[in-house]
Amino acid sequence: MHLGHHHDGPAAVSADAHRPDGTRRALRIGLGGPVGTGKTATVAALCRALRQELSLAVVTNDIYTREDARFLLREAVLPPERITAVETGACPHTAIRDDISANLEAVEDLEDTVGPLDLVLVESGGDNLTATFSRGLVDAQVFVIDVAGGDDIPRKGGPGVTTADLLVVNKTDLAPHVGSDLERMAADARAQRGDLPVVFQSLRGEAGVRDVADWVRARLAAWTA
Amino acid sequence: MNRAALLVLADGRFPAGGYAHSGGAEAAVKAGRLTDTASLEEFCRGRLHTSGAVAASLAAAAALGLDPGALDRAADARTPSPALRAVARRLGRQLVRAARAAWPHQRLDALVRDFPKGAHQPVVLGVAAHAAGLGPEDAAYCSAHEGVSGPATAVVRLLGLDPFEATAVLARLAPDVDRVARDAVAAAHRAAREGIDTLPARSAPLLEIGAEAHAAWPVRLFAS
Amino acid sequence: MTPPGGVRARAEILARGDGHGRTALPLLAGEGPLAVRRTRGTGTGARVLLVGAMSGPLGGDHFTVTARAAAGARLSVGSAAATLALPGQDRAGARHEVRLAVDDDAELRWLPEQLISAHGSDLEVVTRVDLAPTARLVLREEQVLGRAGEEPGRLSSRLTLRIGGHCLLDQELACGPGAPAGWDGPAGLGGHRAVGQLLVARPEFATEPPVTRMLAEGAALLPLPGPAVLVSAVAPDGLRLRRLLDAALAALG
Repeated sequence: MHLGHHHDGPAAVSADAHRPDGTRRALRIGLGGPVGTGKTATVAALCRALRQELSLAVVTNDIYTREDARFLLREAVLPPERITAVETGACPHTAIRDDISANLEAVEDLEDTVGPLDLVLVESGGDNLTATFSRGLVDAQVFVIDVAGGDDIPRKGGPGVTTADLLVVNKTDLAPHVGSDLERMAADARAQRGDLPVVFQSLRGEAGVRDVADWVRARLAAWTA
Repeated sequence: MNRAALLVLADGRFPAGGYAHSGGAEAAVKAGRLTDTASLEEFCRGRLHTSGAVAASLAAAAALGLDPGALDRAADARTPSPALRAVARRLGRQLVRAARAAWPHQRLDALVRDFPKGAHQPVVLGVAAHAAGLGPEDAAYCSAHEGVSGPATAVVRLLGLDPFEATAVLARLAPDVDRVARDAVAAAHRAAREGIDTLPARSAPLLEIGAEAHAAWPVRLFAS
Repeated sequence: MTPPGGVRARAEILARGDGHGRTALPLLAGEGPLAVRRTRGTGTGARVLLVGAMSGPLGGDHFTVTARAAAGARLSVGSAAATLALPGQDRAGARHEVRLAVDDDAELRWLPEQLISAHGSDLEVVTRVDLAPTARLVLREEQVLGRAGEEPGRLSSRLTLRIGGHCLLDQELACGPGAPAGWDGPAGLGGHRAVGQLLVARPEFATEPPVTRMLAEGAALLPLPGPAVLVSAVAPDGLRLRRLLDAALAALG
């Protein structure tokens, strides 16, 4: 195994927690989930919430090259040099799970060009319920679903819902309009996930992305401890 | 000789970033030159005998032990398109990462040290083959095979082409792959005797021009 | 090896600055089918025309053209007409070698007319360019595959550029019957019947390289790994190819 092993030169193997110079690298958090559930909006909100206190960058994995990266640029949540789009050959799940080399390269290049980073958010383009990140790429992953996709998604499970370090149920403000039962979703999620945390959020609400941002801060505190 | 290592290195699932590249097929599809099984076969055949033959020769020469730095410069000279040079280096960097995990070797460590932003992929492939206990012929086969299997896989996604037909194309190209690999090994040995300048330099104009058109698109499925 | 049936011919051009800002031609020699003529130059430069005294190259022929622009020279070389590669009496291939050298503080503009590969011909062209670090070069090569409505012959053309001994470009194009399969397919020429290269080297490109760009659907400006650019172009015919390359040269200023 090469975890925690020191290597010559800049291209460390996989999940090494240290940069070649021995310093601890940035925490990497993956955000995945089905199409249209608000992953990019959550990333944008996280950037706004955290950019004052942290040095952060974003890598997007899209079906089409730069869609999500463009959204983030348009929203001006980060300077352009802190946002990198990885091409995925129409297969975002391959890029984040089966062959993570392009993503690792993107993360390393960001650390090289914009200096030491505290946090890198790796977003996966809209995929399906089976999309999860490789542990060689991210240290923790967030799975984003929404109430509009049906309140039976937590019950159905799948690797994203079941194993993600944080499950985010987004767009709670829409629940009354689409007839989704938040209580039931919470109970089903608990049944599927045991003690793993779940956050219900509406980015339009007053709290916005606060709970997810707090969870990120806690992970970062544990990472740098 | 450790022939099973060749299967690992040549496996399309070897995590070295190739899945995100179409080898010029996406540009050819958009330009209307690649529309069906027949044109896929002609595309792959043309690519194989030009840039594919050059790549296979570079890979064989690197596996034979020729200087990677000199081979990398030779690869630069044989790749006039800046977009394709950048792609070759990116893929080389991704390959060296996977290869070091699979077959730790000082020649791979040296590549990382000497080329922090990546050496041309065929050069890395040859060194990786050497690290895996393989020879020039294996490196040439691996290079030639991925040079045609990449576009074929991509076209299945781009055109919704029948995957059985795409695989049949690869089977029909096998004798051409044999020839290119054999010639590449001969070219590598000649380069060892007479100098790296003797390596083949065959080019495919529409691959070079198409790569630049593709790199300028704002939205695309594949990285190249 | 050239069989006895073919013609061997050489042409040599040497230009150098005369010390008064003009270009002298101390050597201007051709033989057999390769004649060279000085024509009226523009400004202070020298202008030379390659004049084909007979058709060719035919199968078995072996032509060598050498040109050197030494310090202070501004040399421009063109040709009086297109070169037509034709089949010969014997079945051996023909070979056409061009060796160009440009010293520091010298400029060569190598702008011959098109090379037409006629049906049944078999020609190998080798163009080797060696530049000193501050030399300036404009070189155009155009290959037209077949006369109007005719299938092409076999043509292979290899072009290398070295600056200060370092190789920046090594490119071979092989087409026609007997060329490796796929040459006319969607990766190669895609049915285009004219293909061309414009090579421009200027020392200032080292600090201000031109930007990579598409010039037309079938033409791209490609900065090489050094102070030179290649314009690579394909077109349906020689006329449209020339327009693309002329426009590219104009765009470079």
